[in-house]
Amino acid sequence: MKRIVLLKRITFIAALIPAAMLVYYAVQGDLTANPIEFITHFTGDWAIRFLVITLAITPLRRVTGWNPIIKFRRMLGLFSFFYATLHFLTWFVLDWFFNFRQMAEDVVMRPFITLGMATFVMLLALAVTSTQNSIRRLGRKWTQLHRLIYVAAVTALFHFWLARKTVVPQFQVLLVAAVLLLGFRAWWTLRTRVHARPSTAH
Amino acid sequence: MLIRKAPDLRFSDITPKSLYLRRREFLKAAGIAVGAAAAGVASPFATDAAAQQKQGTGHGGKLANVKKSPLSTTGEKLTSWDDITSYNNFYEFGPYKEDPKENAGTLKPRPWTIQIDGFVEKKGTFGFEEFTHPYPLEERVYRMRCVEAWSMVIPWVGIPLKDIIAAYKPTSQAKYVEFVTAFNPAQMPGQRTRMLPWPYVEGLRMDEAMNPLAILAVGLYEEELPNQDGAPIRLVTPWKYGFKGIKSISKIRFVDYQPKNTWQVMTPNEYGFYANVNPNVDHPRWSQATERRIGTFFRQKTLPFNGYADQVASLYSGMDPKKLY
Repeated sequence: MKRIVLLKRITFIAALIPAAMLVYYAVQGDLTANPIEFITHFTGDWAIRFLVITLAITPLRRVTGWNPIIKFRRMLGLFSFFYATLHFLTWFVLDWFFNFRQMAEDVVMRPFITLGMATFVMLLALAVTSTQNSIRRLGRKWTQLHRLIYVAAVTALFHFWLARKTVVPQFQVLLVAAVLLLGFRAWWTLRTRVHARPSTAH
Repeated sequence: MLIRKAPDLRFSDITPKSLYLRRREFLKAAGIAVGAAAAGVASPFATDAAAQQKQGTGHGGKLANVKKSPLSTTGEKLTSWDDITSYNNFYEFGPYKEDPKENAGTLKPRPWTIQIDGFVEKKGTFGFEEFTHPYPLEERVYRMRCVEAWSMVIPWVGIPLKDIIAAYKPTSQAKYVEFVTAFNPAQMPGQRTRMLPWPYVEGLRMDEAMNPLAILAVGLYEEELPNQDGAPIRLVTPWKYGFKGIKSISKIRFVDYQPKNTWQVMTPNEYGFYANVNPNVDHPRWSQATERRIGTFFRQKTLPFNGYADQVASLYSGMDPKKLY
């Protein structure tokens, strides 16, 4: 039990390293010739990375049989939301500087932005219902609601794909990881259903 | 406002190289850690830190006898040498903006040849010196507007394209000029991937190519062009989006058809042949109405033909501006 608490603390601090690095680059004046673009990509990259890492927790639990790993899932998901929030704020404040008309137009007219915004709204919904209280209160609905993370992973990757002029290596890595992880879940669900059927017939 | 001062507070000049390099190392390490599961996606752009400061990507030879041109854009603050040479789209050296500076050291801009072909009297392959030597070098300060909605102001050094074209005597059948980047995967690691169809191709209509604003650049800030900016010779057409400015040119063909430029082949619904800067025709994924000048915080309005309408708008009279993207 104590070991888990320590591991969680270590994970928490490790997950903050990218944010600390960003602050460090800013202090060093090392944010490239286009700092706003750099911060946008940096925070967006980490939001998707943490989303994929979060998706990996349950498959890892199934494969390793190490159940306590599930205790990391919420924290990692919240870190995805944390970096997604920085990403959103970069767009909102630094990129468009409260130009609401232009932002509204982009959200409505450009699928690339629409997908990004939809992803953020989904992550927001998951984050605010991530408390013990919500889990208790929502019961079965909570499980259903939190399946939104699969949708968010797909929209986030789509958003990332549209953000670049070509397919970049980084995208390929995340896409392969996401396909494997979502594939594993689909396979696992099918498998358990097939196994479950005879027992329900009794 | 504090944040507005950010661009002036850049310490990169005094940051020791070893410290600066850590960012790339960190980003690579992070990318690799996350992507470890997807082994096999090996990056051809992986380079070790020791090889970062390669020849050809820093300051080059000084160019002598550069005369100032009256066609230069005035009243604009020049973008710094460091920004112009560290923030590049040059997919032959990788898809990220910092890749070209890091990877372009492998390009050997000398000896270099340029092949002239097609509907032209003086066909042949010419050495870089023979190709450029007969002309006086001019400094042309131009705005550079990237299709990605950022911009710079660059003091190019080059030769008017019309003077070069005239010397090779294209025939009356020549309607367009097609430019081709060198194809050399050994020197250009990006060409070992299938990110774009290689080699990079661009083109101009004959009258566009003969417009006095079009130049072939061989330098900037009165120095030889660094590799990441398209050494040894590249096209500059300031009224068009930056991707028209094809780099490291090795072939120039005079043709009777509209060349299929690379980005048009790649994504025809987003990039066309003309690619004239137009704030009223949006890119499908973002607005082109504004741009961010590198080194400043607030976006500024994009001008039709990037502010060069007086010199070039007549080329397109009678054409539908919506077709000119």
